[in-house]
Formats: sequence, C-alpha cells, structure tokens
Amino acid sequence: MTSATESQESNAAVVWLPRAIFQAFLDLLSADGYQIIGPRIEQGAIVYAPLERVEDLPLGWTDEQGPGLYRLKKRADEAAFGYVVGPHSWKRFLFPPQTDLMRSKQTDEGWDMSPVEPADDKYAFLGVRACELAAMEVQDRVFMTPMFTDELYQRRRSQSLIIAVNCTSAAPTCFCTSMNSGPKCHKGFDLALTELTGGFVVEIGSELGRRFTDRLMLVPVTTQREQDAAAAQQQAVDQITRTLDREHVQSTLKNRLNHKRWDEVAEKCLSCANCTMVCPTCFCSSVDDVTNLVDEEVIRQRHWDSCFNFDFSHISGGPVRDQTRSRYRQWLTHKLTHWVDQFGTSGCVGCGRCIAWCPVGIDLTEEARILCEDPAVPEEGQP
Amino acid sequence: MIAVRPKLAVIKFASCDGCQLSLLSLEDELLTIARAVQISHFAEASSRLEPGPYDLTLVEGSITTPEDRHRLKKLREDSKLLITIGACATSGGVQALRNFASHDDFMRAVYARPDFIETLATSTPIAAHVKVDFELRGCPIDKHQLLEVIASLLAGHRPRTSTESVCQACKRRGNVCVVVAQNLPCLGPVTHSGCGAICPTYDRGCYGCFGPTVQPNTVALSDHLLSGRVNESEAAMLMHGINAYAPEFATEGQRLWQLAGLPKTLHSSLQPARHEEPSA
Repeated sequence: MTSATESQESNAAVVWLPRAIFQAFLDLLSADGYQIIGPRIEQGAIVYAPLERVEDLPLGWTDEQGPGLYRLKKRADEAAFGYVVGPHSWKRFLFPPQTDLMRSKQTDEGWDMSPVEPADDKYAFLGVRACELAAMEVQDRVFMTPMFTDELYQRRRSQSLIIAVNCTSAAPTCFCTSMNSGPKCHKGFDLALTELTGGFVVEIGSELGRRFTDRLMLVPVTTQREQDAAAAQQQAVDQITRTLDREHVQSTLKNRLNHKRWDEVAEKCLSCANCTMVCPTCFCSSVDDVTNLVDEEVIRQRHWDSCFNFDFSHISGGPVRDQTRSRYRQWLTHKLTHWVDQFGTSGCVGCGRCIAWCPVGIDLTEEARILCEDPAVPEEGQP
Repeated sequence: MIAVRPKLAVIKFASCDGCQLSLLSLEDELLTIARAVQISHFAEASSRLEPGPYDLTLVEGSITTPEDRHRLKKLREDSKLLITIGACATSGGVQALRNFASHDDFMRAVYARPDFIETLATSTPIAAHVKVDFELRGCPIDKHQLLEVIASLLAGHRPRTSTESVCQACKRRGNVCVVVAQNLPCLGPVTHSGCGAICPTYDRGCYGCFGPTVQPNTVALSDHLLSGRVNESEAAMLMHGINAYAPEFATEGQRLWQLAGLPKTLHSSLQPARHEEPSA
C-alpha cells in the first residue's frame, strides 16, 4: 500500500527513526540474516560484540579517556551511543585475530591440501564512527588490491551492512579533525545515525540502507531535528582538543630518524604491542604451520602480529630491529609517513586508541610533535 | 611416523609436580603421545621406570641439593635432547627467593633439626648447571605448548612458542586491558606469553609466571606501577614472585626493594646468569 506521499517520503535522503521503533529496526536486520555487532558493556568497557536487543546497548553510559586511561561513566540521559570509541575495533571481525587458512592431510597418495573456506558471516556493524569508516578504507587498500586480495576480508567486507553513528561528543584522546577522518561520517556507510532525544536522524548512504528505512516507513526529518543533529555533531568538533600537524609530520618525520627523542620514548615504551593491537588500521600478521603429534595433519594458521615484537623482524642473522627505539621508530614512521608512500593514505585515523590503551600512556601526537619540532636537532645522515 | 619410537623421560628436581601434571592433563592426546613416543620414565604416571639413555628428557624443578646437582649431570649425559618444563627448571622457581635471603635462617625457622638437612644455599635453574636444548616457561606450563614442543621436536622443527608479551594474547582474546580500565597492577607487558592470558581474562593482573619476555622494560613498568597503583615493596614482591631469579625480574626486584628501604641482595658470589645460552 504505497501512496504518492509515502513514495515521495521514501526518496528522502534524511529520515527520522524514533527510538520507540529502534527494536523493530534491529529485528529487521536479524530477519534479513545479519548478525548484529555493536557496542556492549563487557569487562568494564564498551566493546563490540553480538547483540539483538536495544537493551544490549550501553544505554546511559559513556567513556572517560586519557593517556593510559579508560573508565566507564554514567551519563545524565539514556543515550545509546553516548560514548566515543573503546578498546575494540571492527578489524576484529573483518581481519580476525586468528584464522585457519589451509589444512593438509597425509593420505596414501601424499599430502592433500585444501583451503579453509571462510565462514559465511554476514555482519551488520552498528555504531561505526567516522574514524572507523576511515580505518576500514585504509585496510581496504591493504587487503583488497588488484595484486592481492584477502578472501576472508573481502567476503566479510562486501557483505557487511554498515550503520554508522555520528559522534556527538569527543574524548581528550580524539584527533580525527587533524586526520580529516571525522567526526562526521561522509561516506562508506549504508545508514548514518545522529542520536537525539527520542530518536535518530538517519542519513541514507546506499540503496541497501534505504531498503530498511523504507520498510520501517520512516518519514523525512523535520528542519528542526536536522538543525539539532548538526548542532550535536558540532559539539563533537568543538570538544576535540588534541591535534597532529598531519602534513608537516608526513613530510618531516622521515628526516628525523636520528632524533634523540627515539631514545627517550624507548625508555618509557614497554614494546608490549598494545598500540598495534588496538589500532584499527594495523594489519600485520604471521603465518604458522601447526603440525599434529603424529605428523598426519598440518593447519596453516594466521594470527595478528606486531612490529613491536622482538622476533618480528627476525631474518637470517637475527632481528633487524633489535631495540625498542628502532621498533617504535618503525611503527611511528610507517603509520604517519611511509604508509602514505605505500598505500596513498596515512595509516592513522586519529581515533586515539593507541594513546588510551598504552599501559604507560605514550601519546603519538606528542611524540610526533616533538620529533618534528623546529629547530630540529641536526640530522646525521642515515640511521 | 618414526619406526622406532623415541624414548621419553620425565624427571623432577625441586618442584611441586604441577608441570608433570600438565602432561597428564593432556587427556585427549595421551594415547597419541604414547603412540608417538615410548614413555620410559615418568614416575608421576607409572612405577615402571626404565634407565637411560633417553631421546627426549623433560626436566621439572630446580637444583637445590648437592645430590640433585650430581643427578642432573648424569641425566644430561643420558639425554639426547633435554628440555626444561616450568618456572622452577627455567628460572629457579619460587624457591629461588632464598637466593635473596639467608638460607640458614630459613632452615632454622622451618626445621627442628636443621643439621639433618643437606641442601645448597641457592635454588638455581637447570641451565645454570648443564646445557639445555629448549626451555618451556610457565607455572605451571601450558599443556598445549607442551604438546607443541613434543610435536615439533618429533617433526624436527623449532617449536612455535612466541616470545611476545602476554598483552598480545590478551588482545587477540578480546580482553579489555586491566591496567588501563581497572588500574590493576599487571606484569603482562613484560611477561613472556604462552598462558593464553588466563589471569587478565578473569580480571586479575598477570603475575609473571611465564617469566620475562625478550628485552622487558621492567623499569618503565614499575615506574608506572608506582604512580598510584602499588607501593615500592608491593611492586618488588610482584617482580620477585614465581620467577624471582630470572635475571631481569631479579635485578628490578632488587632495585624496588632498595627503593622500599629493604635491601634484599643476592648472595655475593651469585648473579643471575646462564651456564650457556640454550640452543633452541
């Protein structure tokens, strides 16, 4: 039953989703075979995990963050997305921490090798922030190039539904405005929500996204609500205090390879790899062949690895980067400068996770600033 | 499959037997292990004990008596490959706390007739006495790592036992960091992985039972611990726990004891050092 008015409404690019029917929206996602992954409170933090009900969301909770610090805090309202970003990122689902790639079995005719088919998971990612959309685009450039395509990543990425959320507040660790990655979502989503009291202003980003707003028969948003949404988004922009001089760092950092600051940061750095594990763009992994006791079966496994590991750069003769100083330098220069040469984009999206989840609170924006400060210490040739 | 099954021995020195139990806990794999190797000497499992030589010897426990020191030398001669299992064999264990105190005082406090006790003043790792081919960490060891070591050695390749920090196992599991989110003291960033991050998974800080990882920045970690988490002696006790005599934890624990105003020093003749580098 479609009236002329309704079909006109359904073409609107911005519609209103009342909180009262948010559960109906989640039910539609489940009915369409999506496993909803979204924010939930677990282990004293807001993590990304499977959910089905509105009540599963962190209603009325927010996060307080700083270098090496994360705490949950009650909000004055019942907002569902009133937090910033937590310890998890979506890479956990697109590029899982551990994956079986291949299985080989010994048979009478020799070794029988077969790839492990990636599970056919169809995710609806709920609550993806602008910096996280940017991070997915960064990882796309790593895992889906014409030369090399990671099948698992590609499959999950292409069949995921992305329901983004515009930030309406920011943490002291955030610096997306410096990295041109947020806080407003501009592209890369099927739907983008801005949470207001009583519901969500929904931007439709794709035909797939529209299928849901149409079925929910959402009406165009009022001008007042559109203004309220813009004001809420501006609030996030205004709260961002941390900065990184992206272009200056990009061009300068690679000329600071012998700066004494590398030694100073190495005194504090635990080389524990937490920053790389929480980073939504870090993509390093190692592959091992795991044999069973009787040598009849071998499983080829891939797991997240890190440039902070002593063994990571181990080649014939020993590790190339055998000190914390050189490992930290590798990470920072790759993330902020060489990534651009390699993939045409910075490896940093300004989400601030590496600052909050560093056990000793090392702040990459501060390190980059000091390293690129003028006047720099005289550079002596090669590292 | 190898036609003649390699002979396996499991031998203990000063220890609690917990690591050997990890071998027995491999219930699903025990029959396969028994198919792959000939279990020649394993007192925890069978009273039928065959003499050496052995192809693969798993050694639990530290050296604390003159007799054990002698027994170890003989065992090394009898073993083609000698692998230490657990913190006692690898770093001296919790009993190595005596290395930082007076052994005579302890004996007098514990035994009615200390003159009946013949023991060394120290508890030392196996590698301080003989060449060790591979060291498996943990208190107790992780049974899956043990299986990996046995399987790898039988297949003839280096075991996959990463030297990464516990943090990475935590992160792969999806654990939320207990240091950042709960302000708990945790040795995870300086501790060798292998346990699968059990303690942080259950909301406890890591107490370092797998010993120091490669190039652990123990000073930076304890400086951080001291900034509002624990006091100097608590931090010292954290370092001087199960792996007190592992060189990096020994040194940092001593520094912290001195900061706490309680000088605990190693016996003057003794510094944490390896007999020789284990060739893995």
